[in-house]
Amino acid sequence: MDILISGLLLGGTYALVAMGLNLQYGVARIMNLANGETLVLGALAAFLAFTAISLSPLVTMLVVAPLSFAANWVAYRLLLRPLVKRAKSPGQLEVDSILATFGISFALVGLMVSIHGEYYTYSFLARPIEILGTTVAENRLVAALVAAGIGAALVGWLNFTRTGTAVRAVSVDRQAAQLVGINVARVSALAFALGGAVTATGGTLISTFITLDGSMGVIFTMKALIIVIMGGVGDLRGSIIAAIVLGLVETAVASLIDPGLTLVSAYVIFLGILLFRPQGLFGKRNA
Amino acid sequence: MNRRTLLSRTTAGLTTLAAASLLSFTALAADTIRIGTVAPKTGPLAGGALVSQWPNVDLWIQEVNERGGLKLKDGQKKIELVAYDDKTNPTEHIKAVQRLATQDKVDFIIAPYGTGFNIAAAPIYAKYDYPQIAVTSVTDQIGELTERYPSLFFTLGSTTAFVEGLRDVLVKLKDEGKINNKIAMVNVADAFGIELAEVARPTFEAAGFELVYDKSYPLGTPDLSPIVKGAKATDADSFVAWSYPPDTFGLTEQAVIEDLNVKVFYTAVATAFPAYGGKFGAQIENVLGAGGVNPDTPEMQAYRTKHEEVTGKAPDYWASANTYASLQILETAIEAVGEVNREAVTDYIKTHTFDTIMGPISFENQNSNRFWTVGQWQGGVFRGVVSSNIDGAVDVKLKDGWK
Repeated sequence: MDILISGLLLGGTYALVAMGLNLQYGVARIMNLANGETLVLGALAAFLAFTAISLSPLVTMLVVAPLSFAANWVAYRLLLRPLVKRAKSPGQLEVDSILATFGISFALVGLMVSIHGEYYTYSFLARPIEILGTTVAENRLVAALVAAGIGAALVGWLNFTRTGTAVRAVSVDRQAAQLVGINVARVSALAFALGGAVTATGGTLISTFITLDGSMGVIFTMKALIIVIMGGVGDLRGSIIAAIVLGLVETAVASLIDPGLTLVSAYVIFLGILLFRPQGLFGKRNA
Repeated sequence: MNRRTLLSRTTAGLTTLAAASLLSFTALAADTIRIGTVAPKTGPLAGGALVSQWPNVDLWIQEVNERGGLKLKDGQKKIELVAYDDKTNPTEHIKAVQRLATQDKVDFIIAPYGTGFNIAAAPIYAKYDYPQIAVTSVTDQIGELTERYPSLFFTLGSTTAFVEGLRDVLVKLKDEGKINNKIAMVNVADAFGIELAEVARPTFEAAGFELVYDKSYPLGTPDLSPIVKGAKATDADSFVAWSYPPDTFGLTEQAVIEDLNVKVFYTAVATAFPAYGGKFGAQIENVLGAGGVNPDTPEMQAYRTKHEEVTGKAPDYWASANTYASLQILETAIEAVGEVNREAVTDYIKTHTFDTIMGPISFENQNSNRFWTVGQWQGGVFRGVVSSNIDGAVDVKLKDGWK
């Protein structure tokens, strides 16, 4: 029971890390290496707001999400759209976007270090709470609940609204989507901005229980990448399930075998999926 | 191009070169002394370096320049700092030192931040004869390294000294009947944590302790609750973590949440950071950690006030003071020699005693045996409880819950 609950909470954290990247990579086709930095920016905002004016990260989150949405929209239109336009093939866009966002990630690290180079550490909801006989931290529970909320909202939006359907269409086939009258450029920008907003929101929540600093983004980018590839590029459900699986397995290994083997176990699953289902849990095999 | 134009161009080139070197010569003879520093501003170690290292470099330079600069034989010279970010990457670090030595031609270099970096960069400091007064470097290879690199100095103690400091605390409490002989020990799976755990295992066992929980975890583990739950499931009275900053914060938070009811709670690096006290407030009363200071001496009080005044933040309760003291040593030695003669400065450091904010420091085989090994949060201050040759240690208290 301990393992199940702690694992689910960790899975929630991982889902927060990965959902944004899935939208950005799956729909807008931008392999955003600055994903982790976006997350840490959200964390920095939460830290600054909390230490300066004791603003609850849950309030900061509501400010961070639209800001990040706007910033990511602008970034996509100004910096990434030209790459999309000039790319002759999906492969070229992938390489170009990796290079461009890699550069952006350095700029963001520099920015964050100049604002606050030390650890973003504060205490928020660091209280125990009992769930079915297991003690968990309130802040982790809140993060997992918000993650579940965001995940459900996104899945619902993607499946039951017109815009959501358009987003899925673009993720499946850009050209066909264009043929049926979907404004691919607009939908891509929307998905990219939304992904950025989700990631930054995740950052504000994660900062309540993990101590971050300006240059830690890359760790989250890696984790997000693993989860997105495991779950299947472009399918949000896959990312959520992969995140939960990863959380459960890591917690089980840490509790039952050895905490030293958590990373190993994560990579073993990753390797297994790459070997036996290279398109990811929910990914579609290329024709 | 015929031979004549080639010749004339070569001559022109050589003349420019000569002029340039003349110019750089005049620059060298200017009224500043150039001091280089390479340390992380980004990457995994940046969070620590920006607490313990960079602010002290800024403070020291501001103080020296405020009083007119370093007093040398040919007049007072202000310090001109050349600083590079090594991005917590040893290769970048070595490249930057190379650049400082050959292109910037700095007169002295401040030692790196972190054990690995001080060891990895030692050959290049030695190659250019820069005295390297390592502070944030805790290793058991001090003897070997100082023998190999004649300009390398250590000031913060060895791995064994750190483990033995904690062992002495535990043995004393056990002999007084205050704790049982069971220890739950964890370490971060990184050079630093592994080395400390490897030294600690036999040391604790030889002192009659039993390690009832002994696990490692990868650097950057996002959820440390399984570890704290595991430790809680044992009947150990002592919890020891050879941890790094993010996990020091994480383990403590989980201990609060799980109400890990131990009488001794020890975390390593970052326990001495003001941010640690800031985050946990009164909850961490009587938490033990690596380092410590005696905050009551007038020198230390003056230093702490000045540090806050100049850098806008409080120094930590461990390596900050040692780092500042190492800069005082460098300053005294340069002024005593009176010129930019690196070998003479190194020799001076080897043979003299220095007045610092940590009290008098001298080197025996390039190693200073004056440092704190264990500290404890008592009343909002992280005070030294075990030291090597420093007075002012306070008595250890037992942890009593996480109110």
